[in-house]
Amino acid sequence: MTVAILNIDWQTLADAVSLGGIYALMAVGIGLVFGVLRLVNFAYGQLIMAGAFALALGAEWNWPVWAAILLCFAVVLVLSFVMDRLVFRPLRGQSPAVMLVATFAVSFLLQSIAQLWFGSLGKIATSLAQLNRPWVIGGVDIRKISIVSVLVTLAALLALRALLERTDVGLHMRAASMDFRTARMLGVRANRVIGGAVLVSGLLAGIVAVLLTVQTPLVTPNFALRDTIVVLAGVVLGGLNRPIAATLGGFTIGFASGLLGGALPTNQSQYLDSFLFAAVILVLLVRPNGLFARQDGAAERL
Amino acid sequence: MIRTAQQLAAPVVLVLATALLGLGASSATQIYFLDALISVGIVVGLYIFIGNTGVLSFGHISFVAIGAWTAGVLTVPSSEKPAIMPNLGGFLRDTTVGNVPSLALAALAGGVFALVVGLPLMRLSGLAAGIATFAVLEIVHNMLRYYEKIGPGLNTFSSVPQTTGVWQAAVGALIAIGVAFAYQRSRFGRMLRASREDPAAATAAGISVYRQRLGAFVISGLVAGLAGGLYVHLLPLNTETVYLDLTFVTLAMLVIGGSSSLWGAVVGALAISALDSFLANAENGVTLFGGTLDFPDGTRVIVEGVLMALVLILRPSGLTGGREFSLGWLRR
Repeated sequence: MTVAILNIDWQTLADAVSLGGIYALMAVGIGLVFGVLRLVNFAYGQLIMAGAFALALGAEWNWPVWAAILLCFAVVLVLSFVMDRLVFRPLRGQSPAVMLVATFAVSFLLQSIAQLWFGSLGKIATSLAQLNRPWVIGGVDIRKISIVSVLVTLAALLALRALLERTDVGLHMRAASMDFRTARMLGVRANRVIGGAVLVSGLLAGIVAVLLTVQTPLVTPNFALRDTIVVLAGVVLGGLNRPIAATLGGFTIGFASGLLGGALPTNQSQYLDSFLFAAVILVLLVRPNGLFARQDGAAERL
Repeated sequence: MIRTAQQLAAPVVLVLATALLGLGASSATQIYFLDALISVGIVVGLYIFIGNTGVLSFGHISFVAIGAWTAGVLTVPSSEKPAIMPNLGGFLRDTTVGNVPSLALAALAGGVFALVVGLPLMRLSGLAAGIATFAVLEIVHNMLRYYEKIGPGLNTFSSVPQTTGVWQAAVGALIAIGVAFAYQRSRFGRMLRASREDPAAATAAGISVYRQRLGAFVISGLVAGLAGGLYVHLLPLNTETVYLDLTFVTLAMLVIGGSSSLWGAVVGALAISALDSFLANAENGVTLFGGTLDFPDGTRVIVEGVLMALVLILRPSGLTGGREFSLGWLRR
């Protein structure tokens, strides 16, 4: 471990922070929908995958970068709404386990549709590749994308905070995630709030798709699948019942995974997933409600 | 009494019918029947835990994987071990057992691993349990993939004697069904089902939910391990065969059949297997009612995904409604 710590250079650190940021965005996207629907969306990664394929197609058709990004957002948003309408809405009120299994099904469905459409070899999204070139800051090379993702993450999180705390929709969303039934009785419109959450979560998926394709330009049907699994673990690790806890959980697991992945030699870093998930199990055993959640709440029903 | 007999007989008859059809089938199509029978074993293993506890587990395929690795490593002929698994640890390198002992050891390994994992994990419930069992699957997959002292690592498990025939697969499925049936009718099974319906009331009645869940977890680990052993003797596996796709397919079978009854588990496993083999044929082109169907590769997962989502939306308790089989059901 001591050797591993010595191996950390500025680029590894920057990569870890930017991966943490991206995972934090995904965690917020998953956490927002969970807040209003009590639904853990396993298919969130496939929204990102769809967006990434849109970017790859944009690059293939030689569209300008802004048009490709626009297409990416359009695809992700339309898909989130279709998912909400066709799957989430009919399942409202079912047990979390049933909904989790349903999103599991949606996730596999979208993956195999992508496989039919684009083949398993995937496509390459190159439109933003110049962001992989380094900037020299104080004699240290740092890839532009690391800095851009950190900035974008910060901007998105601040905008989200403003939305949640300064607008009526945000207030309704927060009320709904505290207690949906009471919120409805007090005049919060269920469909509007859920629509809002799905929209914001889709926007975040779009942002993540853009940022991830810069780092991993090869888009395959299982793009972002592993990231989603790790983020889900991170979200539960942080605590699902509070957005800030979920965000911190996402950041923590992304940062840890980026740092260890970059610093450990290959013969150790291939076991990174084992360490990561063992840590997840340990934390869940000690604090089942999550690392950053309030533990003083009413005891969970068995 | 008659009702009890019906409940056990119905799944047994279904399995025997599948086995008989499999015996009559050509060797090219027999593989589908064998696959279906092994699926019954895995899904019944899943059912013993999920059905009786109502707690979701994404980790059971790791028990299947461990069973498969145990049976596989121990039955590859010792002359071929150095070629396939050069880094194998001492004991595993020097030991080779026969077919039946390897299956027993596979079940044992699945059960022991479930015990070790379950001791801490069975304290969790709800989403935490779902994620924690998922983490177990990830860890086992990761270790089997890279730790070459216990198996072939990234390579496919070749040279395992392919001994799983129709009768062995059928006996495996019947053992799974018998164990599940005996367990759910036992005192422990009933205590666990009571805790599924109302954990607080069950605890108040003096039931240790933790202990009962752990028991079910270990028994389901034994059954899943046995199914894994049969699986590795059927066709050459690798770590990807016993990972997310199999987790998805077996969960889909259980949910579509109806996760709270043994009948549902068996019906789901056989129905989806039948559909799956039909679609697999259709991906290669099949003639039906005079026309030729030719679906592109990947159709299977799409159809299963849609079907699973539809069942969850329209009939959340599954095709069988989560009830055991009874003849009165047909008359209505």
